Amino acid sequence: MSDTLAKAIFGRLSWESIPLHEPILLGTFAVVALLGAVILGAVTYFRLWGWLWREWLTSVDHKKIGIMYIILGIVMLLRGFSDALMMRLQQALAFGADQGYLTAHHYDQIFTAHGTIMIFFVAIPLIVGIVNFVMPLQIGARDVAFPFLNSLSLWLTVAGALLVMASLFVGEFSRAGWLNYVPVANLANSPDTGPDYYLWALEIAGVGTTLSSINMVTTILKLRAPGMTLMKMPVFTWTALCSNVLAIAIFPALTGAFALLLLDRYVGTNFFTNDFGGNPMLYWNFVWLWGHPEVYVLILPVFGIYSEVTSTFCGKRLFGYSSMVYASVVITILSYLVWLHHFFTMGSGASVNSFFGIATMVISIPTGAKIFNWLFTMYRGEIRFELPMMWVVAFMLTFVVGGMTGVLLAVPPADFVLHNSLFLVAHFHNVIIGGVVFGLFAGMYYWFPKAFGFRLDPFWGKVTFWGWVVGYWVAWTPIYIVGLMGTTRRVRHFDDPSLQIWFVIAGIGALIILVGILAFVIQIAVSIINREKLRDTTGDPWNGRTLEWAMPSPPPFYNFAFTPVVHDHDAWYDMKARGARAPTTGYLPIHMPRNTGAGLIISALAMVLGFAMIWYMWWLAMAAFVALLVVSIAHTFNYNRDYFVTPDEVSRAERLGAGV
Amino acid sequence: MTHRFSRLRRASQAAFPALLLVLAGCSGPVLDPAGDIAREQRDIILFSTALMLLIIVPVIILIVLFAWRYRKGRGGTYDPTFDHSTPLELAIWSAPLIIIIALGALTWSSTHLLDPFRPLSAKAQTGAQAAAAAGQPAQKPLVVQVVSLDWKWLFIYPEQGVATVNELVLPINRPVRFDITSSNMMNAFYAPTLAGMIYAMPGMQSRMNAILRRTGDFDGYSANYSGAGFSDMHFRLKGVDATGFARWLADVKASSRGLGLEDYRALLKPSERVPVLHYSRADTGLYRRILERCVEPGTACSSQVMMQDAMPGHRMMPSRDGAEAPKPQGAIFKENSRSTGSSLAPKTPAEHSPDHQ
Repeated sequence: MSDTLAKAIFGRLSWESIPLHEPILLGTFAVVALLGAVILGAVTYFRLWGWLWREWLTSVDHKKIGIMYIILGIVMLLRGFSDALMMRLQQALAFGADQGYLTAHHYDQIFTAHGTIMIFFVAIPLIVGIVNFVMPLQIGARDVAFPFLNSLSLWLTVAGALLVMASLFVGEFSRAGWLNYVPVANLANSPDTGPDYYLWALEIAGVGTTLSSINMVTTILKLRAPGMTLMKMPVFTWTALCSNVLAIAIFPALTGAFALLLLDRYVGTNFFTNDFGGNPMLYWNFVWLWGHPEVYVLILPVFGIYSEVTSTFCGKRLFGYSSMVYASVVITILSYLVWLHHFFTMGSGASVNSFFGIATMVISIPTGAKIFNWLFTMYRGEIRFELPMMWVVAFMLTFVVGGMTGVLLAVPPADFVLHNSLFLVAHFHNVIIGGVVFGLFAGMYYWFPKAFGFRLDPFWGKVTFWGWVVGYWVAWTPIYIVGLMGTTRRVRHFDDPSLQIWFVIAGIGALIILVGILAFVIQIAVSIINREKLRDTTGDPWNGRTLEWAMPSPPPFYNFAFTPVVHDHDAWYDMKARGARAPTTGYLPIHMPRNTGAGLIISALAMVLGFAMIWYMWWLAMAAFVALLVVSIAHTFNYNRDYFVTPDEVSRAERLGAGV
Repeated sequence: MTHRFSRLRRASQAAFPALLLVLAGCSGPVLDPAGDIAREQRDIILFSTALMLLIIVPVIILIVLFAWRYRKGRGGTYDPTFDHSTPLELAIWSAPLIIIIALGALTWSSTHLLDPFRPLSAKAQTGAQAAAAAGQPAQKPLVVQVVSLDWKWLFIYPEQGVATVNELVLPINRPVRFDITSSNMMNAFYAPTLAGMIYAMPGMQSRMNAILRRTGDFDGYSANYSGAGFSDMHFRLKGVDATGFARWLADVKASSRGLGLEDYRALLKPSERVPVLHYSRADTGLYRRILERCVEPGTACSSQVMMQDAMPGHRMMPSRDGAEAPKPQGAIFKENSRSTGSSLAPKTPAEHSPDHQ
């Protein structure tokens, strides 16, 4: 085969693209291939392919989609955390004459991948997953507004994640930081596949996230149970609404910026180049226009989780429900007005910097009010320190410190010293681990019994908890300290040997977090094995207050046989207090959406399109694009998309759920 | 105004000895800087932290207290109906509000006073420093042009006609004005002991005004990731007295190396861990050409382009008038050109450079 032909078929993909010379990657590949083979083998051996396809892969059930999002998030957490461990090891070793064990080429990919994966493929899927699972139940809906779109969003996100993972073994990932900053990511500076992997993966996943937000907002606005006015919605649903409204507005800025950078790289436009009137700073504005509100896209639903958990485990209505709602809305609006604080040092001038600095501080007022609201929910409560509640207290203690350092960084003169230092890195890990991650654990422990009908093992849960909490403080306190000494971020090698001790301590902290993560995996395995002992037959193991606890666990596929009528924002608590019970006869036919594989197929084609574009296989890209259009259009002619569950079936399912 | 915030700092020192004890444990350039601006920035960090601790510490205490006191089985008062209290809610919104008003006022004034673009002489007139400076004649700031290269720092002293790589020597007690740009990657010029940082961006100029008060050897860093050689892209910052500065200048001038356009282009090639270099004769127009992105022969300077663009009946790219200028190429066209064998490689006629001297 001639070179020209090979080039026409495979583009720039060749045997050299496989990193056989990197022992670390080779080892990783062996482990991943082995695990993959074991899983695929098991599925084949137990003849589960049909079941997997019918019940999960083609499912449009919001509960199953939510669970699949969460599985994706947990798997990607393991990858993102491996990157973290590698960075900690490199920084603990590389002092003076010792260059550590990672080349700049490898290290730069690792810190880029770590940030990208942790935000886009861990935090977002976990949050979208929990919102997907819980929110429709909380508002008494049958499903989300657009069930097929929901499936498409999930698989587009998975396609993006797979592209990022593929970059590990075929070609390389971006070395331009977690937002793929130009000028580093410009074609002139990075002609390799790295930025292309980044851009196509996030373009595809970004479309998925945008569609998902549209879906969630529509669901919340249109599908609430009768009687549930906006001010009677559970706080988690409120924060999910705020978060998704934010996401709809900001994701186009990100996907738009990525599209422009793709044009720069593929057709030679000059939006973000150094010359010909291009301006890299424009890109920075675009990505941070997305980037800061994104922080609130992540943290707002988590604030909702804390609110639900605090109220349930204190046995009290949430203190200051309306001020909590207003605080969320205020945060939503203000979060659009602060993005420039990510680059005060670009030199926008004192008045602009002051405006954005003060706007940032103002956000701490509603956030502070929220902390006080949780505090006064605890006040005169009867606090049960089950696992979810332990995370809430750990969050409050950790998060206030992160909030404080955040406000400090919002003061421009302070930021001129601390920007891009490890102090900054410690700050955002403080709020993301101490805020988002702790909350996700609280949420997963809280709603796990609802999803699967049994609780998670408390002993391993406590190991997970202490591993994360202690590990967080051991890992990040030293990073705060070296940041205050003027150490900058994304550094691979240090000259000053006096700093080494801090990085060693930070490495130990990361190992303690590793214990927490492993304990979490063990906990899931142990809980599945002991599921009969941990079984919850009531459907309401925590004495909950919102509607999702008013149904059996796991919920029947159609959710509520009768749509509940709501009189209070703690609807289920209110029903329990009044002794209201759902009728057990007189079921009506239930209108349900049919499963479809279209979402999965379209996403697979999108992934092929992305991969072909990354490797310059133009013919394949064109073929995938045409196929994508054809499948999408064909799907619109699929009229066999819904059916009715007969009253008999409902009656049978209800008796089964009630354990009769 | 140098010590405008230090009174606040003294207040915070008195109020929060524990905090200071922690901070004293980690000295270093941020918390014990040698420059005026950095010192004021440090004071703002300390004061803001103290201000916020006013609310953070009570909250932390309350969290622990409530979590302990109201846990199930301890028998604390249980009042499931306590979910609203107007006075309490007013208080929990206004307490952070008050702190933020104070901090916001501090932010507004300090951001303007410490704006790196603001000349130091203007700063001196506003504060306590004015009195100290009154006795001395106003000093013209020393100008240093800073260029972030891949991956080393170039410092040009235009008035002295010398240049260095990875070594910045400053006379103490004399205001310095840095004009900062970058050759390619975006970076941040960061000397924590001097005045914090500001971005170095290609095709743009940022500015930083500072003054060093102590002699000594300090570290300067790149603070914004700029690619493979980023980690080891440091510079030495030396504070010397006036005679020391003169001696150092004489030293640099003794170097046989000059820095013209050709030498600069050689220096542009990416390199890492570059040792200190001295250039005795630096081209005075070089910095402007770097800034206006017309170092390569055949490229028009941006001011030139803008001037032509502003003229009636202009064409988009003036450099296209005469000959083929280096055109940007996307991957698709590059691939095509390679497969057909024709080259779109830039042709660079040296004569078409209107301001070439």
